[in-house]
Amino acid sequence: MIRKALDVERIRNDFPILNREIHGQPLVYLDNAASSQKPAAVVAAVSGYFLNSHANVHRGAHHLSVEATDAYESARAVVADFIGGRTKELIFTRGTTESINLVANSWGGANLEAGDEILLTLMEHHSNLVPWQLVAARTGAKLRFAGLTPDGRLDLEDLAARIGPRTRLVALTHVSNTLGVVNPVAEVAGLAHAGGALCLVDGAQAAPHLDVDVVEIGCDFYAFSGHKMCGPTGIGALWARKELLEEMPPWQGGGEMISEVHLEHSTWAAVPHKFEAGTPSVGDAVGLGAAVRYLSKVGLEAIHAHELNLTEYALERLTELDGFELFGPREGRVGVISFRFGDIHAHDLATILDARGIAIRAGHHCNQPLMRHLGVDATARASLYLYNTRAEIDALVEGLHAARTLFGGFA
Amino acid sequence: MNDREAPGNDHGSEVQLKQLYQEVILDHYRKPRNKGVIEASTHQLTLNNPLCGDIVELQLVVNNGRIVDAAFEGSGCSISQASASMMTERLKGRPVDSALALDQTFTRMLHGDEAAAADEDLGDLRALAGVSRFPVRIKCALLAWNCLEELVGPGS
Repeated sequence: MIRKALDVERIRNDFPILNREIHGQPLVYLDNAASSQKPAAVVAAVSGYFLNSHANVHRGAHHLSVEATDAYESARAVVADFIGGRTKELIFTRGTTESINLVANSWGGANLEAGDEILLTLMEHHSNLVPWQLVAARTGAKLRFAGLTPDGRLDLEDLAARIGPRTRLVALTHVSNTLGVVNPVAEVAGLAHAGGALCLVDGAQAAPHLDVDVVEIGCDFYAFSGHKMCGPTGIGALWARKELLEEMPPWQGGGEMISEVHLEHSTWAAVPHKFEAGTPSVGDAVGLGAAVRYLSKVGLEAIHAHELNLTEYALERLTELDGFELFGPREGRVGVISFRFGDIHAHDLATILDARGIAIRAGHHCNQPLMRHLGVDATARASLYLYNTRAEIDALVEGLHAARTLFGGFA
Repeated sequence: MNDREAPGNDHGSEVQLKQLYQEVILDHYRKPRNKGVIEASTHQLTLNNPLCGDIVELQLVVNNGRIVDAAFEGSGCSISQASASMMTERLKGRPVDSALALDQTFTRMLHGDEAAAADEDLGDLRALAGVSRFPVRIKCALLAWNCLEELVGPGS
């Protein structure tokens, strides 16, 4: 099989924002783990929907309502297919955070009892930690944490050892938004099931970059966000096994999610609509559908190969710099590169690079417990996507040289 | 008018960066003054910038309306830590009223007030005038001063 390399120059033309100048310099956008940029096709799909097809969904007998419903439901089908799930198993949410809150409130509220355990890891984003703290406080369940190996990978043995008779759920991230490691989620799902627990995977950093198949992973819940994968903000999804969704109670009430409403009680719509109270964000769902079509057309395998290649180049160049310290392993990782550079604080680095048009993230990356574990208060983070180039990595390296010069070397 | 410093001009950004990271600021960042713990402090407070992780703990000894000693602990970017270091130097021996007046002058300087930036009472702190060109960094420079306001300001 001939694997086609990405035509990055052509891809860059699909993203008008990449032509911008920032402080008189061409934009070098390396903050993709925070949010990706949008191809014109996605913006056109959202605007086309609102300009030509908008009405409320699942309500009217009139033509536009039917068209809007078709647009919304066909977005559901294409997004579900993108991660290997069935259409009826995909719930639209505002994003990964809301997806996990849905599971914590609905499944957690109905199933967790005092003394039950939820097993997380030390590398979870706050969005896969705080919802569990809230439901634990409400139910008396306890949180447990699997540790990391010294080089910054998930310690699978430690995780396995922490699955006990009271473990009800193992919830972990597919790709770390700080360490750049890809967790062995299929193995973890197997361990969870063998121990009688369910498995939730936070796919926020994986769905945009990897060819995800929830059936192959074997997990029970998979959560992800649209805005990190070329889609609009404010839209994301939760995939869950249909049997679970059917047993889970609704978590928000209102229109759309009901079957029959009486003054004192109601019955619920079938899944997935049982979990979508109120008028959904139809335009954003249409945009996410367009994003998924765009990514599929480019090809996830080609995107992943391009990113691995660029990550390798970036690490080669960056680790040559005196004072460059990488967080997370050198090998077997994706394009999320967290680092420290001499005694220049991440926040100062971000300002200095910004003056050269280079956008990186500085801070704790919504990963405060992991920062404490690493013994730092902040890291700088450059994160890559399909439209990034070697020339942009070179600009980052030059920017770091300039930062060191500005600081008069390192103390 | 200096057209080399036109907004958006590449050279202008470099100039602004050099004004932001002056030697005196880097010196306070790398060799902070009054960093440590005052055992007998009468006032102490820790504040952080949750978005970027800067932390400053300010400790004061206040006696008869006068700040007789000041020190800080903390970690974070050069701007937040240099500002705390320079501030403690200017606070020692100063009446509380005068410290709060200095806080006002400093805050005005960070918001681009040139008269405030010329006030010699600010001492080394005047080196932080360049922060006004970097709006997202103003909160870094103000962190230690927010501690001061909460400890001895009106309503404290």
